[in-house]
Amino acid sequence: MIKRPFFGLIQARLKYPALIPDQPVAIKDIDLSSKIVLLYENKTGQQNVSRLKAGDKVKTGQRLELFENTSDYIISTATGEVKEISKHTGYFGRNYISITIARNPEDQWDENFKTAGQAGNYEDVIKFLGALPGEAGLSTLLSLNPAEHPPINKIVIKGIDNDLLVANNQTILRTQLDDLKNGIDILSEIMHTTDIIFVVPPALKTQLSELGVTVKTVKPKYPNHFPHMIMKNVLREIVPAGKSPGDSKTGFINAEAVAALGMAFRDREIPIYKILTVIKKDSSVVMVRARVGTPVKDILDTLGIELNHGDRLVLGGPMTGHAVYSEDLPVMYDTDAIMVQGKKQIILSTDTQCINCGECIRACPAKVPVNMLVRVLENGLYDDAADEYGLFSCIECGLCAYVCSARIPVLHFIMLGKHEYALLKNAEESNA
Amino acid sequence: MHSQKLFIGSHAPYFHNGNSVASKSYNIMFAALPAVGMGIYQYGIPALAVITFSISCAMLWELIMNIAMKRPISIGDGDAAAIGLILAMLLPATTPWWIVLTGTFLAIVIGKQIFGGLGCNPFNPVLVAFAILMLSWKNYLDFDAALLNYDLGFKMLYPLGALKHFGIDAIGDFTSQGLLMGQQIGGIGASCGLGLIIGGLYLILRGYIRWEIVFSFLIGIFVTALLYNISDPDKYAAPMFHLLTGYTLIGAFFLATEDSSSPVNLVPMLLYGAGAGIFTVLIRNIGAFVDGVVLAVLIFNVANPLLDKIRPKALGKGI
Repeated sequence: MIKRPFFGLIQARLKYPALIPDQPVAIKDIDLSSKIVLLYENKTGQQNVSRLKAGDKVKTGQRLELFENTSDYIISTATGEVKEISKHTGYFGRNYISITIARNPEDQWDENFKTAGQAGNYEDVIKFLGALPGEAGLSTLLSLNPAEHPPINKIVIKGIDNDLLVANNQTILRTQLDDLKNGIDILSEIMHTTDIIFVVPPALKTQLSELGVTVKTVKPKYPNHFPHMIMKNVLREIVPAGKSPGDSKTGFINAEAVAALGMAFRDREIPIYKILTVIKKDSSVVMVRARVGTPVKDILDTLGIELNHGDRLVLGGPMTGHAVYSEDLPVMYDTDAIMVQGKKQIILSTDTQCINCGECIRACPAKVPVNMLVRVLENGLYDDAADEYGLFSCIECGLCAYVCSARIPVLHFIMLGKHEYALLKNAEESNA
Repeated sequence: MHSQKLFIGSHAPYFHNGNSVASKSYNIMFAALPAVGMGIYQYGIPALAVITFSISCAMLWELIMNIAMKRPISIGDGDAAAIGLILAMLLPATTPWWIVLTGTFLAIVIGKQIFGGLGCNPFNPVLVAFAILMLSWKNYLDFDAALLNYDLGFKMLYPLGALKHFGIDAIGDFTSQGLLMGQQIGGIGASCGLGLIIGGLYLILRGYIRWEIVFSFLIGIFVTALLYNISDPDKYAAPMFHLLTGYTLIGAFFLATEDSSSPVNLVPMLLYGAGAGIFTVLIRNIGAFVDGVVLAVLIFNVANPLLDKIRPKALGKGI
């Protein structure tokens, strides 16, 4: 864990990891498990999975639709038999359907994607690429239907990761340059735009000269790699509070997903391997490659990491991840990291009031008056928080909670505030 | 189910830089040691008695209030002890025990706990207590009277008192160097300028207090005193005299910077510090009180919420 420096007048600068050019990147492959778990985010709220049941046989790369009346789907990442379909509640009440597949030793690939690819019609191909390793919500970006989503006319490819200690995109840059090039060409064709900007850390800039896209560098200081900060610092465009970069017609995509796109068209197979950064208890880092759906437990076992009662298991990086309660949860398309913290390393939040020390004000990259915001949020004044205290300006980097003297879970308050505010507005609309 | 491992669940971020209220309080107390040490050296055992009694009483009041208000026991965070220590630093070494007891009651209970405890106090608790003591038992806190029996080998006159009552001629014997080295009578921990500066710089460098407040406060005092001095050198003391006497330095480093009652944004911090500095000199030069730091900082504690409304626009607002 990165601690406050002894002379704290100068704030601790949280640095992103920077892979050293010319040094080989070691990626450990994780053996396939006997069981693969797929998580499907159930946005429709339908209760019964009608189009899939336990006992069904599935093939690798098969497009599984779970419900009637929706075009949402999930790609099976293994060949085998569906053992169990269960419900699962995640972060802020998101509903997931978890599908457990008992895997056959041999992979049998579903042919539909290959057929669609050979026909050469992008629209048919995209139907399979709603999620790629590195990006879970690709359908929004790649959507060719302007009625559904605002059109994108500028694409930013991120050669760097959002979170500290995570170096997936940089690894891709170092190891899969050809796929990346391929992916960029396809992306530009699908999206009908040549306005593609590649954002990289300064050390890796020279490698990208052959890609034929605009390359911009970003200083490796947290949270410069967040889309909102890239919009502000690189594109010189401020995203209005509460809006996403997509509303400004700019799409962000991870280099990993672009490389996966390139691979999909090269091999005519849907990419199902995800690069992950595993952060061990001593903060050392291992890069691994695992199939999407592999339970976290199998990865930890392979690496010899033991979890004990009272430890913390986090899917995602140290600043933006989600703590989970079970080792059986699988790696998903957007699981960039698995972090394990020992019982003794964990600094718990407290219920102390804000002491107004001002550390958060100095740390906040979005200039949110955090000291006031946390007071109004504590008292449930969500309207005030949104109108006066910049609730929706927050880019959710977590620096305020990282530096908080009183150890208030500031980001938790903010996320709860955003969630509750949305519920309030929904209720108001439905009553009106 | 019994063998199941349970993991700690919490919200991001999972890193913390290790800041805590306790480390802040203990560092403030540590930084006060040079000045306090000088005070004990000068005034001996009575000074030590006031300091230790003040710290113990403050912690006791905190404990009593915790129990009475059914709140978690918070004396471990060191805030009460720091309040007790700073209050003792302002008092003369001969302060009777019951004034210390009352003073700590006023600081902890009236100044802090009735507003909701740590972080909720609109005023600096030490200053609330000291202002009430100052108005209630004037004679016990008059340094010239309280320290009558001491002879430390330098002029035994409270410099600001001498200036107020006898005019500029009475302070001719005080040199800046002597004042800096603590050759003046005053509060136990408030008279050794060098010790306070060392402690204050330590706190600034370690990031425990906000340097903007300290410097704007000192500049506010310096500039205002300088203007007075230029306008009438025969009537008003030089700016260095104001910087090194009374509670100026302890005010700059330990009183005005109290977290809860001071602003956190840049412009408000500068206004707050400068305003308190200007008012200090106004009170000293044309007001009724001998020293202005206590009341000036209190006045700007009141202004703090209003001042802190001057803040930068949050990202993406107002587009």
